[in-house]
Amino acid sequence: MSTHNPQAAPATDTTRIHNIGYRSYDGPRLGRAYARRSLFSQSLRGAYGLGRSAKSKVLPMLLYAVMCVPALILVAVAVVGKQSKLSIEYTEYAIYLQMVIGIYLASQAPQSVSRDLRFRTVPLYFSRPIERVDYVLAKYGAMASALFILTASPLLILWIGALLAKMDFWDQTAMFGQGLVSVALLSLLFGGIGLVMAALTPRRGFGVAAVIAVLVISYGAVSTLMGIAYATENTDVIPWLGLFSPITLVDGVQTAFLGAPSAFPDGAGPGSGAGVVYLLVVLALIAGSYGVLMRRYRKVGL
Amino acid sequence: MYNPTVARLTYRALLGRRRAALLFLLPGMLLVIAATIRLLNGADDQVAADVLGGFALATMVPLIGVIAGTGAIGPEIDDGSIVYLLSKPVKRPTIILTKLTVAVAVTMVFSAVPTLLAGFILNGNGQQVAVAYTVAALVASIAYSALFLLLGTVSRHAVVIGLVYALVWEALFGSLIAGARTLSVQQWALALAEKVTGEGLISSEVGLTTAVVLLAAVTVAATWFAGHKLRTLTLAGEE
Repeated sequence: MSTHNPQAAPATDTTRIHNIGYRSYDGPRLGRAYARRSLFSQSLRGAYGLGRSAKSKVLPMLLYAVMCVPALILVAVAVVGKQSKLSIEYTEYAIYLQMVIGIYLASQAPQSVSRDLRFRTVPLYFSRPIERVDYVLAKYGAMASALFILTASPLLILWIGALLAKMDFWDQTAMFGQGLVSVALLSLLFGGIGLVMAALTPRRGFGVAAVIAVLVISYGAVSTLMGIAYATENTDVIPWLGLFSPITLVDGVQTAFLGAPSAFPDGAGPGSGAGVVYLLVVLALIAGSYGVLMRRYRKVGL
Repeated sequence: MYNPTVARLTYRALLGRRRAALLFLLPGMLLVIAATIRLLNGADDQVAADVLGGFALATMVPLIGVIAGTGAIGPEIDDGSIVYLLSKPVKRPTIILTKLTVAVAVTMVFSAVPTLLAGFILNGNGQQVAVAYTVAALVASIAYSALFLLLGTVSRHAVVIGLVYALVWEALFGSLIAGARTLSVQQWALALAEKVTGEGLISSEVGLTTAVVLLAAVTVAATWFAGHKLRTLTLAGEE
């Protein structure tokens, strides 16, 4: 901008821009992939409060600890008691602690996207060489990875504990793998839902309430209806009711395909046929949240 | 002790645009569930009591309490616009009382009214179940609003803390540790519901007198402390 171009200026024109010696940057440009990676790692670190104030580290770290402590206790019991199998399946773990995962998501998803919207910093991101798809992918990827770290760490503890207790290596590893697949699916699903709810509002507090409301209300409604259906012996409808809340969706998929015990009343989880529907709904929700996020950021903050 | 302008602004903050959608979503859900159960199952007093107790009083009332209670003051403190309100010649306790009145009114309208409707849909108010849970929802609204309004003035993470209390403390610890049930707004409200419907359908862990005393004490103490907190409020920037 500041360089003077003698050819273009007419000879009679006496105005000129003095070159006062600022050098333009001619080093390497790190480009789009680097910017995307940085946004991803910043968002992932931010989800655990790293690089933020001490106060904002408290809640995510506390929830991480709450997530891991039951696994440590289970492992300690298994090692000391010389059990031949863990008292909980890998796949059941996240279902039992769903409330902790929900609160973590509700507290971290809004901090990841709402503040950018509220302080109108989104245009600044897009003044860098990143596109809309990079921003959405980085934020979605970071949220899903943060959830995966939260849900996979206790499984890792359980697996190491199981090996320490001299349980069968291949058995445990296979079940550990199934657990990892299940929590990966859960992380993608929950991350998408959380980010969509949070991206709809610039108010952090309201975002928190919206995320938790969607998770808790849908689960509360579904489990109430399941309980009623079970009590009135309409057991046929139970597997289909599970389609209407995120956590029962994950539960249904892992019951059908990952050999997990069902948390539905009477263990009436879906079979393979209904399981395909569950898997399709989960994948559609993941793709849907990606689509909604892309739409949301099409005209944002300008 | 009541300032109409503050009240009007708070109503607009609470019911403006998308906020209201969330407030309508929850009661709508309850009514849909109630209608579904009635169609599937017919009228049954025990089922009605279970649904109203499990979904309405245990989930819906605290959630609406969190949204209304913290929403009445939290966002203003969060974005710093509370200074414009504080710089006006209005007493801080008046501000808190006005906001509390609004929060209580909103919580009552969005929780007690649907509870009553759902009760009538479920079993036509057999054994006074609908009325009992409506009374419980009304008193719980007051206590929750006061409690969560206080949280809104104390912490920036008021919504999360409120949710942890409502969902983890009352639901999870309440079902595991009997002692936690004595210290739960839900159980205090249930004590009143138990009084209305008589023995049998609804049971509470605490006696009626204890419940009333604790409800009143929590409401008054929370309101007073919120007023005190607002007098010494320091505004912090976003981390």
